[in-house]
Parts: sequence; C-alpha cells; structure tokens
Amino acid sequence: MAFAAFATETAKEQTPRRGGKIALLLLVPGLLYLGLFFLVPLFSLVFTSLQAPSGVNFGQFEAAFKIENYAVFGQYSEQILRSFLYAVLATVFALLFSYPLAYFIGVKARPWPLLQNLMLVLVIAPFFISFLLRTIAWKSMLSDESPFVTGLKAISLLAPDAHITGTPFAVVFGLTYNFIPFMTLPLYASLERLDTRYLEAGSDLYAKPFTTFRTVTIPLSMPGIVSGVLLTFIPAAGDYVNASREFLGGTGTAMIGNVIESNFLLSNNYPAAAALSIILMLAILVIVLVYVRVSGTKDLL
Amino acid sequence: MAGAFAEAGADLELVDLHKRFPGFTAIEEMNLVIPAGSFFALLGPSGCGKTTTLRLVAGLEEATSGRILIGGKDVTETKPYQRPVNTVFQSYALFPHMSVIDNVAFGLRRRGISDAKGKSHEALALVELDHLSARRPAQLSGGQQQRVALARAIVNRPALLLLDEPLGALDLKLRRQMQLELKSIQDEVGLTFLHVTHDQEEAMTMADTVAVMNKGRIEQLGAPEMLYELPRTAFVANFLGQSNLFTGPVSGTTATSIAVDVEGTRIVVPKARAERHTGTVTVGVRPEKLTLHTEAPEVDSSRNLLGPGRVIDVSFSGVSTQYILAVPGAGTVTVFAQNMGVGPLVADGAEVWVSWSVDHGFGLEDEAPPAPRFDADTDTATIAVQKKRALMSELEEA
Amino acid sequence: MTLQEGAVLADAVTAPKSRRRGRIGRTSWILPSYTTLALVFLLIPIVYTIVFSFNNSIKSNISWRGFTLDKWLNVCSAQNVCQAFGNSLLIGGVATVVATTLGTMIAIALVRYRFRFRAAISLLLFLPMATPEVVLGSGLASEFLGAGVEPGLLTIMIAHIMFCISFVVVTVKARVSSLDPALEEAGRDLYGSPGQVFLRITFPLLLPGIIAAALLSFALSFDDFIITYFNSGSVQTFPTFVYVSAARGIPAEANVIASAVFFIAIVIVITQQLAAAVRRRRLARTA
Repeated sequence: MAFAAFATETAKEQTPRRGGKIALLLLVPGLLYLGLFFLVPLFSLVFTSLQAPSGVNFGQFEAAFKIENYAVFGQYSEQILRSFLYAVLATVFALLFSYPLAYFIGVKARPWPLLQNLMLVLVIAPFFISFLLRTIAWKSMLSDESPFVTGLKAISLLAPDAHITGTPFAVVFGLTYNFIPFMTLPLYASLERLDTRYLEAGSDLYAKPFTTFRTVTIPLSMPGIVSGVLLTFIPAAGDYVNASREFLGGTGTAMIGNVIESNFLLSNNYPAAAALSIILMLAILVIVLVYVRVSGTKDLL
Repeated sequence: MAGAFAEAGADLELVDLHKRFPGFTAIEEMNLVIPAGSFFALLGPSGCGKTTTLRLVAGLEEATSGRILIGGKDVTETKPYQRPVNTVFQSYALFPHMSVIDNVAFGLRRRGISDAKGKSHEALALVELDHLSARRPAQLSGGQQQRVALARAIVNRPALLLLDEPLGALDLKLRRQMQLELKSIQDEVGLTFLHVTHDQEEAMTMADTVAVMNKGRIEQLGAPEMLYELPRTAFVANFLGQSNLFTGPVSGTTATSIAVDVEGTRIVVPKARAERHTGTVTVGVRPEKLTLHTEAPEVDSSRNLLGPGRVIDVSFSGVSTQYILAVPGAGTVTVFAQNMGVGPLVADGAEVWVSWSVDHGFGLEDEAPPAPRFDADTDTATIAVQKKRALMSELEEA
Repeated sequence: MTLQEGAVLADAVTAPKSRRRGRIGRTSWILPSYTTLALVFLLIPIVYTIVFSFNNSIKSNISWRGFTLDKWLNVCSAQNVCQAFGNSLLIGGVATVVATTLGTMIAIALVRYRFRFRAAISLLLFLPMATPEVVLGSGLASEFLGAGVEPGLLTIMIAHIMFCISFVVVTVKARVSSLDPALEEAGRDLYGSPGQVFLRITFPLLLPGIIAAALLSFALSFDDFIITYFNSGSVQTFPTFVYVSAARGIPAEANVIASAVFFIAIVIVITQQLAAAVRRRRLARTA
C-alpha cells in the first residue's frame, strides 16, 4: 500500500550505516523543499484564516487574529456535511464495485498471468486520460439530450421532466467512477498476496464458501480495504470538479471544495477560503484517525 | 599493493582485534596469524563472530581497536577498494545487470589492468565456465554462479581470498563437488584462502588449519585431525563431531597418566592428552572409539570400562548405527558402531558395557562441568531488557 | 492523473507480484461476467472521449456531427489548446527532473542511513499524499500571495515538484530496499571507489525504479488540475484549459490531445509488460 509504504519494510535486510554528512546531504534539499512548499503553506493557511479586511480595497487583508472567520463553519455547514456524505457514499459504492473485480483479477485469474496483467491495465487505463475529460464524457452521456436519458424516458423509467446531470445522484456517480481505480488497486494488491491455501484450510474445517469469505478472505484483505477506503475518501471529500455546475453538479450539490474555490479565486475572500481549508484538513485528519483506530490497522503511519 | 598482482599469497596477521556493535561485542581481542599460501578455515556457530572477522579483513567493517596486517603492511585504516583482498560472498553478489564476463572483469577494469577481457576468460576457463561468459548471472544455476563468483575474485590475484560460506546455498552433492574443486584451485593458484563456515565437515575436508570460534573468540586452532582427536574445550569437543564427556575429581596420578573418579568409576587419560592434571577435570572420548560388550569384559589396564548400562535408543544410519546407553553414574553415553554385519549388535533395552583404549581419551581445560552444547533459551523478559539496553546505548551514541 | 491516482500506481509499481497459483476448480460464470461488465463500464468515458476526437464539431463538442480527421490533422487550430499543452509538457518535464532527483536522494538516505527524527521525516513525506488537493492548492496560493509572488509557470512548477517528491520517494525506496547491500560491497571489494560503485552498480540497479518514479511524476504533473488552478494565474495548462472551456464547450482538439496522450501511455505500459514477459521467458528457457 502506498499509504503503508513508509511503514512496511519488505525485501533485503539492510544494515543502515550511521549517516554523517552524506545522509544529511541527501536529505536536506528535498526536506527543505517540502518544508518550504508544504509545511509553510499549511501555516500560511492558518495565518491567512485569521486575517481581517484592510481599509477600503476589496480583496485586501492584513494580519490579525480574527477568530470569527471560522464562523464559515456555520455558514457553510450544509456544504461541509454534503461533502462528507457524498464522499462516504462514493467510498461505499466504490468498495462494493471493486471488491469482486479485484478478487477476480487477484485470485481467480492467477492461472493466467497475461490476462491478469491485461485486466490491470484496463483498470488503470482511466488514469491515462484527463480526469476532466472523463467527467465531461459522463456529463454528455447523461445529459437530457443523450440517447441514454431519452431512451429511459421513452420506456418511462424516468419521469419526462427529470434530469440526471445536476443532481446529487450524478455527483456521487461521478465521484464513484473517478475513484474506483483507487479502490481496486490496493484491494488487488492485498488479494494477490492472499495464499489460497488459507481458503482451502477454511473449507477443510467445515466452513461454507460464504463463511470462509467472511472469516478468512475479508480479514486477510483488510490492509487493502483500509488503504482503498482512505485513498478514495480523502480525495473525494476534497473534490470540486464533479460537483461543479460545468460538470456533473447543479445548484444544490456544491461541496466544500467548490466553496473554497469560489471564495479564493472568485470573491477573493482569502480568510474564508483558508478557514474552510483548515476545517477540511482537520475533519479529514480526525476521520482518518478514528477509522484507522476502529479498523485496527495501526501500522499505517 | 592494489596496483599489481600479488605473486603469491601473503600472511594475514590480526593483532588485538576488537569489534563492538551497539549492544554487543562481536569480536574480543583476536590475535591470529595465517601464513601465506595456506587454506585457513574459521569455523563456528552463527553469531560467533566469524563473518564479522572476515568483513573486518575485507574492510567492509571498521575495527573498534586492534590492527590488521596483510603481508606485513598495516591495512587497518584503508578502504576496501585499497586492500589486496577479494571476497566470495555468501549470496555470490554477482552484478545482475552485467554479463558474466563483465562481472569477472570488473575488478581488473577498476584497477586499469591491461587485457582485462583476456585475463577474465582465463579465469572463467579455470572454473570451466568460459562457454557461458556472455550470459547474465540470472541465467546460471547456483553452482555456476558460485564458480563465477570465485573466478571474479581470483582473477584479481589477491594476496588473500576471503570465502564467506560460499557453499552454503548449494545442495549436498554439489557442495561436496565444489569443495574438491575449491581445494584444487587453491593448490593451483597458491593464494592464501580464508574460509568462513559453520559446516564442520567442510572445514575439516578443505582447510590445512581450522580455528574454532565461539562467542567472539577463537577456542582452539590447529590441523583438522589434531582438533578432532584432541579437543581442548567442551565446546570444541561437541561442535566438531560428538563427544562423551565425564566430569570428576582427579583421584590418582602416575608418571604418564591421571585417573578421574566419575561417581565411582575410574577413567584414565594420558597426561600428554590432558590439559589439566589436578582438581576437577572433564575427560572425554569420541563415540566411534567405544566398543560395545554384551558381557562384562575382563579388566584390562590399557582400557577404560563403563557399565553395566542399558541401551535406550538404537538408530540406524546406513554406514553406522548409533546406540545411546544409560549408564548409572556416568549418564548417557553415545556409541557409533560400523555396520560390518547385518542388523544391530544389541537390541533396545539390552544390558551392555562399553570400553575404550586409554590412549583415545582426552582431558579438557574447562574448570566447571561442561556447559550444554547450546545455551538454554533466554526467557523473553531478559531479551526485552537486553533490547532496551541496546537501544539506549545506541541512542546515547547517536 | 490526480495525486491519489499516483499513490495507487506507486503501489502497483512497487508491489512485486506473487505467483501463487489459485484454485482453478469450478469457477462460476457470475464473477467473470461481472468483471467483463465492470471493465467495460470503466472504459466507456475513454471510448467516448476518443470517438468524439473524430467529431466534425463546430464549436462545442456535445452532439455527433459526423466523422472527420480534421481535428487530428489541425490540432492547434483551436485557440490556446496547443499552448496549454506545451505548458503542460514543459511543467511536467521540469517537475519530473527536479522531483525525481530530490526524491531519489531522500529514498537512498532513508534506507541506507540511520539518523534521528526518522519518524518525523516519514510523516513529512507521507502527509502530502494524504492531504486533499484543494488544501495543498489553497495553502500554496496563500503563501505566494503573502510573499507577493505572481502566479505563473514558476509557481505551477514549484507546486508540482512539491507533490511529486513523496511519490518518487515511495517508488524508489521500494527499489533501494530490495537491493542486496552485498552487491555494493562486492563493488568496493573489487577495487571500485565510492564514486565508481555508485555509477556502475548502485545507479544502474536503481534505474528501473527511478524511471518508474519519473513516469509517475510526469503523469501526476501532466493531469493535475486542482492544485494547478489555484497557482496558475493567467497561465493555462492542458487541464485548466479544459476546465475553463467547459462552460462554453470543450473543442474536439482537446479530445485529440487527450486521446493521443492516452495512446502513448498505453503503448508504454504494454511495451513494458511485453518486455518483462519476454525477459521472463528467456530466463526460463536458459536457466
């Protein structure tokens, strides 16, 4: 798991040398860079979120300690809640969609390595085409004029005045579609390592296939599930492309990302955007920590 | 030194060599001289410090204190690539991205020696692999890889060749074959070989001199036969083959021998074969030197006699059969008997006596009764405490 | 490709495949059929995008108006699209080179040396992958705003290098830790100076990992939208071009570029897979 990659050491045993100057020389440039352009921006966000408007100029702010800026939390509570609701739904759907797929590729297809590789390439193929164009493609296919929607209306599966694009359904659908590979690949990685002898042992010990699946397969693929859920949930909660009006969203689907974008880039209300970013970051941190606690995977960080 | 070929092997001399890692001492005060041209084996269980010794000589580890001299020249402070020493690694460490010939020529090219390719082909021919010179290491079998690793080292004509368990990864049959080959190559090229192994049979068949290491020190050093026939410590007696050991006070001394009283049984050992002649002494004898008797034999002053005892286990192993006896007072005694006839000499449960020639016994230098061959398992609490101490000392040093 | 796409790809690159046999047994038809449908579903928008690159569209590219090769032959006729594409290539190239260099250095240090604050350093490397892009983007933008730096090509490059470093570290680190230290020791033992050992042994052996990391960085940078949008000012990259055009209709030329990039990427992946398969077969034959 990429998330666990920093914690787990596989492969050759290394005898790390005590690093003197060389280690320092290797580490400092990169770490300095991350400090300057990752850590400082986080502090800069905190700083900005406390700024107060200065004088008459619109979009001008000065240093202050205006904690009231965090009232945006109340102002946009609807969008914040919606973000997490959509993200949770997309994560659940992606998990349900991906597990059988990953299981087939990782376990059932093992006798055919070439097929396995081909299917993997197909799973990651969406990565190779622009994220935005993929989403636009769905928008076109689900638009009111599309053959799909007119067809549904013709056979009365959809009310004549109903829409798909612009609804919460479309946004959750888009989020799910876009993040399916994030779920499938970690699941595949852990299922591929699953030793099928455990399954045989399960059935040997009188477990029905479903019981074996529930008591052996699922627990053994738990690291993959945890990674997949995090890799889907985090970007989905912060996404604003799917929910924006030019893509799959509508007037009532704005997520926290949309609010941050419009405050920062359109209305230049930097303190509000910064405060919202910090709220998003903290909320995700809390959710991730709780989730990791509950799911029992401690070596994630 | 590294600029030219060594004409012959050189002496290796270790003076007060000491190596401490954070948390434990790998080697304490090692003094050793390996004469030029010899085949020297360092034998010991895993963790005894033998590989660390090798790495110190190669320059891959730095000594905590002490000096290393090769051909009389102090190399303690020099880098591995400046030492006239080459290593055959345990995992062979063949460069996977280079062909066999480029692997062999690597060292020659680094030193700017002319005709690196031709010399490498010669070295490959020596190990009978020249026809595979264009292959990648991954395309070779384990035994072939081992031979390439050997060629890659000897092509440099190092003053000293280090072999780090080079045969450990091979199966038994191949290992025997490679042992003979290594030995004949050493005769041919005349370099000094320092061979590290935990396989006592390998050490004894190949080396002129064997040093048995335990817990960071050399317990005994000598020709294989000498080590086997006259082990000086219980560790050597048990690590190199098996031994029956008996402990008791010295009850009588003559001009040429001592007698030890083991719970009422008198065991005589020649003075020349005993390290100590007074106090409590541990004496021993090899299992194959024992003769089994089904009836009490006549007393003979040239033989030691134990018994009666009872056979508690018989196990057949082809060439010989191993009998384990319980002898009251003397404990369990192991006997190897060649299978000259058909079927075991005695059956499980039979009453027997054993005897052996006084000249075959040996007396050890250990003062206390011999420790068990392996330390008792340390309990987990002790391990935890040790780990913690190791970590603390590491943190302090950092 | 977005940031978290990089995380899962880094995984796929670094996880060596086990070759444990599965039970062949009686496989029901349900799972294979489902898998087929699921894969088809994943490919629908890709096929749509490629098909509509051949659409004889006038302004917006929503309804099908007939087949044409025009858009492929005159990609640059749409306003700004080629310039945006060029910017993306330039930014991707610079970000890849810098991030791969810095990340590889960190990866080697992490595996090979002991030092204090290891846990803190690991956390610092992990966090950028776990932070929502909108936070990374707005954070950097507010830093640049505070420091009075005009957003443009430079700020986009700075941002891209930042988020690529962690992925390079993950990818290269896996390669470094699978490298047998005895190989470098053998190099030193065979009269190689530290510089020679690095150049002739360490670097060539790490190269596959470094190349994978570089490709990943380029892909991440090329498709990044959210972070770029916050820090681009008036400069357009290919994704921001698509985003901005979405309101008035995306020209078919954008589909052409995306499709071309898709084909190139697929060719790279398949070539690499085939090369690996051929290598495996050759090894199996001779060994």
